[in-house]
Amino acid sequence: MKPVLQVTDLKKIYGTGEATVHALRGTTMTVHRGDYVAIMGSSGSGKSTLMNILGALDIPTSGQYLLDGVDVSRLSDGQLALARNRLIGFIFQSFNLIPRTSAVANVELPLAYAGVKPKERRRRAMAALDTVGLAARADHEPNQLSGGQQQRVAVARALVTEPALLLADEPTGNLDSKSTDDVLQVFDDLNTAGRTIVIITHEDEVGARAKRLIRLVDGAIVSDIRQSPIHLPPVGAGFALSGRHTR
Amino acid sequence: MSFFEVIRFSLRGLSANKLRSALTMLGILIGVAAVILLVAVGNGSAKAISDRIEALGTNTITVMSTGRGGSSSTSLTKGMADALVDPELAPDVKSVSPVVSSSSATMTYEGADHAVATFVGTTPSWFGASTTPVGAGAAFTDDDVDQGRRVVVIGRTVAEELFPGVDPIDKQVTVGGALFTIVGVLQEKSSTGFNDANDTAVAPLTAVQQVLTGYGALTSIIVEAADPDQVDAAQSQVSTILNQKLDVDASSNSTPYRIQNASSLLETQTETADTFTTLLGAVAAISLLVGGIGITNIMLVTVTERTREIGIRKALGAPRRVILTQFLIEATLLSVLGGGLGVAAALIGSQFEIVGVKPVIVPSSIGLAVGVSVAIGLFFGGLPAARAARLRPIDALRYE
Repeated sequence: MKPVLQVTDLKKIYGTGEATVHALRGTTMTVHRGDYVAIMGSSGSGKSTLMNILGALDIPTSGQYLLDGVDVSRLSDGQLALARNRLIGFIFQSFNLIPRTSAVANVELPLAYAGVKPKERRRRAMAALDTVGLAARADHEPNQLSGGQQQRVAVARALVTEPALLLADEPTGNLDSKSTDDVLQVFDDLNTAGRTIVIITHEDEVGARAKRLIRLVDGAIVSDIRQSPIHLPPVGAGFALSGRHTR
Repeated sequence: MSFFEVIRFSLRGLSANKLRSALTMLGILIGVAAVILLVAVGNGSAKAISDRIEALGTNTITVMSTGRGGSSSTSLTKGMADALVDPELAPDVKSVSPVVSSSSATMTYEGADHAVATFVGTTPSWFGASTTPVGAGAAFTDDDVDQGRRVVVIGRTVAEELFPGVDPIDKQVTVGGALFTIVGVLQEKSSTGFNDANDTAVAPLTAVQQVLTGYGALTSIIVEAADPDQVDAAQSQVSTILNQKLDVDASSNSTPYRIQNASSLLETQTETADTFTTLLGAVAAISLLVGGIGITNIMLVTVTERTREIGIRKALGAPRRVILTQFLIEATLLSVLGGGLGVAAALIGSQFEIVGVKPVIVPSSIGLAVGVSVAIGLFFGGLPAARAARLRPIDALRYE
């Protein structure tokens, strides 16, 4: 079985001359289907740069990135758009919802770009919002939602196209502990359902729930620990599932 | 993603920023309306001037004597006027009207009297040549002139002074001790300058000479050319004949008469009006430029502000083409709606008099104003959007 993503000797260099910054210094990693990977590192360790490259939002200076076995650097602009739409669900630290647009319209957006018919789109968007427990707030605009709710709308938007790979860049960085729990719960459930998740965090309790923990220092991987087996539900999933339904 | 969907996206984008959309449209509206109205006002005033001059008669030539002191060798005579009616030497002359006029005639009717500003003695062709048609009743005839019948056609002012509320036709008035029968009333004529063009009376040449002016020199001869285009030809024919009659050396610069040509006057005035239109056009061009910069500004700000949104859309898998189409449609809608409202505003505004001028819309100015505004809107709405859509999503997202 092909790995969902595979990066080889990835380097990213910003600036030139004395101002040169090596954000990534030859990162190599492979993520298989169904895995739940947490990438940890201090600020400036290159984890966000890595995530942007994995999400096909940025291009590496050198190195190879295979997404579902396809070399991303060879994709045309249109194919890249297709890959972002169909293969990847990206969750930003700052939510990045479109302002003055209702939650459900935000969630519908990737489906619209995928060419799904309006009725079907609305149904799937509502289902996705239901998954994150926000179906009742579908008509609220982002500024009428709390940070945790906005982040859950963003999660719904990322999973509405049912991508194989969910990438989350510090999804809980701006959230309180209650909202953090809500969002992580959604991730656990999604992973249990078979989605591959790569999450960036600097919070230990978030990293502890993942099946695999990668630590990044100065743009290089320093440790890669398997915390729980890939084919079993994540550790947080069991009790949290029951907890979620009593909420 | 269908085109219809993209249009819906654009409409949603516009309605999400109602105030900004409205302001953008307002900017375009004002730019377009200002240009159309300014040109219309310029055109309207030019038209007003040329209308006023055309009312004087465009194909007439007025020959006036410059001789002073009544020297008979330099004065215009009835004989000269008759000599101008010559199909051989003056083929472009349609009619010749000898004119004598008196400014000291007093008209009396049943005890009421009125000093007529200009009492004209002429032939029937004068009415056509001087574009002074008879409103009520009839003009006198050539027979009346030959017989020296004392009939008179009076101007509107005279009629109102002497016959308030009474039909003046067939009434008899006394002028210079002689009885004249009123046969007609002139149509009201717009006055230019200080003279009241309606304070006049017109009678057969012979009768006026007999009663008021005597058989001396003519005041002027009004020559009507066959066609407005042949005024110049007719003028040279007239001067050739007059030079011969008055024994003027062809090389001589000074002639004992002066020829006034309404069409040359018209030409000068039209040139003036054209200059005026050009001037206003320049003002309009500047306002179009300023309006265009306004449109450019707001379009650039709008798209720049939304670069982040473009980044989000790209990250969600929007193809470049869809983003570009959405922003182009938004820009088109704003420009076309704004331009259309501007045209409507200009059309409504042109119904009113502006600083005493009735604006006359120049159709090409509508096309120009709308075309330029829409082009500017599309270019400066489309170009930054195209640039932003080409950015890597992460660069667009980081854009501040």
